[in-house]
Parts: sequence; C-alpha cells; structure tokens
Amino acid sequence: MKKVNYLEIEGKSGGFFLLLAILGGIIFAGLLGVYHMEHNGHYVTGMDNQIVWGMPHVFAVFLIVAASGALNVASIGTVFGKVMYKPLGRLSSLLAIALLAGGLMVLVLDLGRPDRLVVAMTYYNFKSIFAWNIILYNGFFAVVIVYLWMMMQQSMNKYYKAAGYFAFFWRLILTTGTGSIFGFLVARTAYDAALMAPMFIIMSFAFGLAFFLLVLMLGYHWTERPLGDDILRRLKNLLGVFIGAILYFVAVYHLTNLYATEHHGVEKFILAGDSVHTTIFWVVQILLGSIAPLMIIYSKLSASRFWIGIASLLVIIGGLAQMYVIIIGGQAYPLDIFPGMEIINSTFADGNEYHQYYPSLSETLLGLSGIAAAILIVTLGTRILKFLPDSLADKDINPHHKD
Amino acid sequence: MSKTETAETNGISRRKFLGTGIASAATVSLAPGVSFINLAHAQPKPAGQKVDDSKRWGMLIDTNKCAKGCDACVKGCNDEHNLNVGDEDLSRPEQQSQWIRKVDLRDKLTGHESSLPLMCVHCEHPPCVDVCPTGASFKREDGIVLVDKHICIGCRYCMMACPYKARSFIHEELTMQSENAPRGKGTVESCTLCVHRVDDPNNANPITACAEACNKEGHEAIIFGDIKDSNSEINKALKKYSTSAIREDLKLNPGVRYRGI
Amino acid sequence: MKYLQTMLVMLTVVLLNTIALADVPGPNIPKANAEKCVEPTQEMRVNHMEYILHQRDDTVHEGIRTKQHSFKNCISCHAVYDENNQAVNFKDERHFCSSCHTYAAVKIDCFECHASTPSKQSVRTMSLSKDDMKKAHETRSEK
Repeated sequence: MKKVNYLEIEGKSGGFFLLLAILGGIIFAGLLGVYHMEHNGHYVTGMDNQIVWGMPHVFAVFLIVAASGALNVASIGTVFGKVMYKPLGRLSSLLAIALLAGGLMVLVLDLGRPDRLVVAMTYYNFKSIFAWNIILYNGFFAVVIVYLWMMMQQSMNKYYKAAGYFAFFWRLILTTGTGSIFGFLVARTAYDAALMAPMFIIMSFAFGLAFFLLVLMLGYHWTERPLGDDILRRLKNLLGVFIGAILYFVAVYHLTNLYATEHHGVEKFILAGDSVHTTIFWVVQILLGSIAPLMIIYSKLSASRFWIGIASLLVIIGGLAQMYVIIIGGQAYPLDIFPGMEIINSTFADGNEYHQYYPSLSETLLGLSGIAAAILIVTLGTRILKFLPDSLADKDINPHHKD
Repeated sequence: MSKTETAETNGISRRKFLGTGIASAATVSLAPGVSFINLAHAQPKPAGQKVDDSKRWGMLIDTNKCAKGCDACVKGCNDEHNLNVGDEDLSRPEQQSQWIRKVDLRDKLTGHESSLPLMCVHCEHPPCVDVCPTGASFKREDGIVLVDKHICIGCRYCMMACPYKARSFIHEELTMQSENAPRGKGTVESCTLCVHRVDDPNNANPITACAEACNKEGHEAIIFGDIKDSNSEINKALKKYSTSAIREDLKLNPGVRYRGI
Repeated sequence: MKYLQTMLVMLTVVLLNTIALADVPGPNIPKANAEKCVEPTQEMRVNHMEYILHQRDDTVHEGIRTKQHSFKNCISCHAVYDENNQAVNFKDERHFCSSCHTYAAVKIDCFECHASTPSKQSVRTMSLSKDDMKKAHETRSEK
C-alpha cells in the first residue's frame, strides 16, 4: 500500500466558482435576515414568549451535534486504528470545524444582544451547562486545529495519536454538554431526562457521518478524483448501524416516558396529537429519516453511490426534523404548572392548547446560512491546504484489496 | 407543720404569688414599651448598605379572596413599571411582556374553580439562575431573583428553564420606560418584587404595586413582606394558615406562596 | 533618505498645527439643574463611565441606592427641557448625554433600557438642594 498523497483541489473550474457564489448568496441572505432581526428586535420572528427557541436553534444545535460526529471518522482511524480510515482524518477534522463554526454562527447571531458576545466570554456562571458549552465549543476548535496540525506537519506526526485521543474524549464531553442543555431542564416534561445526553451522542454519530459521506462523494466526484467502493461500503454500513442506534434511543426515550403517567400528556402530543409535530415525527423523522435510509443501505440499492447519497441526505433531513420535534415540540406543549387543574383562562397563554409556531423567513434563512457557511469553509479549506488525498481508490488505501 | 409543708398543702406559696404578681405587673407596664421596640425592628435598609440574608422577601396570595375577572394586580404592576402602555405595539400579544398574569383554574376532579395571580415566585433554588451562562439571572441575598440586564445576552435559556413561565423577552425597541424599571430590547425580564420600592431607604414597610392595587380594590388577597421577620403580617399568616407553593414537587422553595390551591 | 525623513517630520508638524489651530466647534453641553455635580466636574468628565460601571453592579446586585450615585438622580438633575417644558429624550441632540456623545461619536447603550428623561415625580423630589449636596458629601467621606 503506497503512502497517501494529499493535494489541494484545483479550484479553477466554473463549477467551483458557481458553488462559491451559491454558498455566498445563501450566507448573504442569512446575514440580511440577521440585520433585520437585530435592528428591529425579535418581533419580526416567529419566536415569542412561549416558543423562545425557534428555527435558528434547530439548525444551530443540529450543526453542533453533526460537528462532533463528523470528527468520528478521524477518530476511527486514530483511536481505533482502522487503517482504511486514516486518509480520511484530515477531511473529517476540517468538516468538524466547519460544521461547528456554522452552528455557532447561527446561535450567536440569534442572541437578543449579539453585541454582548464578549460578555458571554468573560462572565461565567459555572453552574450553567450553557457556560460550560461555550468553553467546550471554543476548546473544540483549538483541540481539532492542534490535531490537524499534528496530522499535517511531518515533524509533528508522532504526536498526532495523543491529539486524536484528546479530541475524541473532548467531543464526547461536548456532545454530552449539548444534550444536557435540554436534559438539565426540570421545567419541561419533554426534556427532563438523563437520556438526552447519550441520545445526542448517538445522533451526532449519524448526522456527522451523513454529512461526511455527502461531502466525500460530492468532493471526489466534482474534482474527478478516484474514490473506491470499499471505503464507501464501510462508511455506509456504519451509517446504517448508527441510524439503528438512534431508533433504539428514540424508542427507549418514548417508551420510558409512556410508562410514567406524568408524561402522558407530552407523549400523546408528540406521538398521537393533531399538531404538525406528530406529522414531522412520524413521517419525516422516523419514516424518511430513519426507516427509508435503513432500507436503502441494507438493500442492493446501496451499491449505487447515488442511493448512498440519497440515504445520507434523508438522514440529514430526518435529523433536522428530530431537532425540530425536540426543541420546538418540547416548547409547544404547554407547561404543566397546575397538575390536575384545567386552566380556563390566562392572559399569558398558559392554557391547555399547544403553542403555535410559524417560522419567519429571516430566521429560516439564518439557519440555512449556517449549513452554507460550513460547506464554504470546507470548500475553501480543501482549496487552500492539503486536506484531500488525491486518490481514495481501493488499491491505494485498502490494505486487504485483492485485484 | 413546717413552712415548706404549709406551702405545698396550700397549693401556691406566698413567694410564688408575689413573684408571679410582680412579673405580670412589670410585663403589663412594660408591654407597650416592648412592642414598641419590636415595631422599631422593622427598619428599612440604609441606602449605602448591602442587602443580606437577614431578610427574605415573599408573598402570600389567598386565592379564596382573589376575585375572578378582577385584574387590579396586573394593572397595578403595569402602571408601576410602564408595561402595556403601548410601547410594545409592534409585538404580537404572545410576544408582549407580562410580569404578572391572572389565571383562572378549575380542578378536573372536583370542579372547584379558583382564580389567582401568577408571577415570578422567587425560588430559593431558582432553575433560571442555574442555567444563565453569564450569571445575569441571579438571586439577591434577600431572596429576590432578578435579571442584571447589563450582562444579559438575550439567549433566553432562563425562559426555557422556568417552570412557571415567569419570564418575558423584549422583542422590540422601547422608548417609554419607567425610571424605576429599566427594560430594553433583547433582554429578559420578570417580576422584581418591586425591588425599587423594597430598597427605598425612606420606606420602612414597602409594599409591592400588585398588593397595593389589590388592597385598594378591597380584596386584600396579596400580603407582601419579610418572611424572616417574626412580627410581619406575612410571617404570622404563614404560621397560622396552611399554605402551599405551585409545583411544590420541584422542591424549589419559592418565596411566593398560596392559600387555597 | 535623510531628505525624506525631514520632509515627513515637517509635514507632520504642519498638519498637527493646522488641526490644533483650526476652529473646530466643541460640544454644546447644557447646564444641569443644580449648583454642583456629585463629583468634581473634571473628575466626572474623565471618569463618569467608571462610576456608572461600578455603581450599577452595587445597585443591582447589592441593593445599594445612595442618592449621590443614583442614575435616576443624574438623569433628573441633568434633564434638559424644550420650549414646551418637556424633558428631551436621548434621541434629541440637546439631551445632556447626547450632546457630548454625538460629538465624540461614542455610542452608548444605557438608554436602550434606562429612561433618558425623569418622571415628573422625580423632578420634584430628587433634584439635589444645597442641604442634600452637603449630606451626600458627608456620606461619601463615611464610606
């Protein structure tokens, strides 16, 4: 097996510049939305005092979760020693940084006072999981950049394993922290569960890998570099395992909730209600986002790269839907302030009907611009530095390949 | 018969009678003076002094006295803090700020109906304080939970965490703020237990705007005071009547308690 | 090289003098409603932001509301009234804080939350008289 040769992408074709233009356009539209929201105040959004976190948070949390999962591929090579994954380590780390940057961009730009970001970095309440997350996210950038440096600089190669182990554990803590944002909330029946943290870890595995697969396949297709079937087969099988794991966690979460009478209200709302959340849960998250990709991956269809791409895309869409149901569905269900009582009248929407949420264009554009920013960073990164191996053909990277 | 035997058989000794008599006489004459001193203990905090935990401010709301359809407390709070004065006209009703709101309830099992005002209950272990990343949501030593809007970044995590949905986010630019209640776009706010009145060094017995309005309306359903002061009306009422807190199962120990729920 | 250096120095000197001697209008700062400020004027000019930054923490977190460093008092004492006897708010350039801050082009966000005009009540009760000033200075020395 010959040594892997990393090469920047050429970045001269019309397609390359078209991609940059499209991504730039989406980001620009998102920033216009941000200006509109920040200048006028959040009254222009669909968020209110009942649904306090909306589309921007759905996208932001999704991207952050996917970011930590994208690093998985590098970890499989470094920590678990799988030889075929090692050439993918650099791209995996770049994608992780890019996705996190995109997610954080969306999160920060939605703050009521984004001009006070410096305050968020200097005043810390260490009992808050949010404060810990700020440290974990910034640290993740540092840790992955060091990991990349050690992988990419010849003289530092002997240290890259240590950096890889450190990055692996850091991202586990980071994803646990992200899940705990919701898991630590006693107030809402949909969230107060220790299961949220591990469920987020499993979600990160699937979403990150789905993003990685898409970026890998599109990247090698557009740059006309060889991409072998062996590595793709392994990656898509792994994706199947992760999707199965998500289904398991979702099942355990809901079954446990159904057992406790206290949670019957919110379970009925999500699983069998008449709101949009029930539709999104069953049709988009479960059917399209989990069952359909599983069927594709474990059938003959998965021999085709097109279908692997479709499966990955479905996982991403399902992931967004899962975030929507968790974040917005969890808020749409009214707080149970007076158990056993029916609220006849309240001026602050305390009643027993669920809260409606209609996302505005600004906040949806902001969310989409996060994904665009992530892809832009990957595109520019691979153009500027040597992230992509010039060949991922089977004969070049698979030690067990038989001609 | 010895002196002691006489004392025992007579039931009460002369010494005892004299002692008790003098003591009661002294008490009767000194009592007005003693209660005077007790009243004098309810001192307002001097302006330059930091708050400490010798006081804990709280409220007792009697839902039996709270009238359905009456929202004097809400109006009182709105007037005091310039809420709902047309300043938030661009925001939808669900986006407009509410520090206190009236809720009408019916018990699903018994059918009993009641009405009560609901606001930030100033928990002893506030979830909103735990989750705030910058520490802007904080609890003062005297129990009042506040938002330091100088460091609030508007992330709304405290709003997610509050079990009582007590907090509001300001969705647009404001121009008609009361000087007693600074509030601005992009920050979070909630009931302050009229902290500007509580801290007033010229006021020995502060009362919140909602309690004041309720009293004016004649219902007197809200008692505000220092829970730790054994002479305060609220302390005596809490000792005398059976009271409870909303969502007591969460064990947050709020400062605002209710009768009749 | 030496010729270039000399030219540059001369140019800088000429430029600075031009700026210094130029008739740039200063800010038009309106007079306050009391005789003296709670701190010496020059001290206030240089350090008023420090007082504001520290006092706000004392007030919000510790409940310290001395009259001397009360923001409400600053606003009511420094209120500027227009022809209709209405206090002008921060958006108006005649407002005390605005007059200097627009001149210096330093954006402040105090008035995004704080009222920039006094309430009618505070104008009556909170403007500092000579006796109040004396008391304020006494408390300050005690602190």
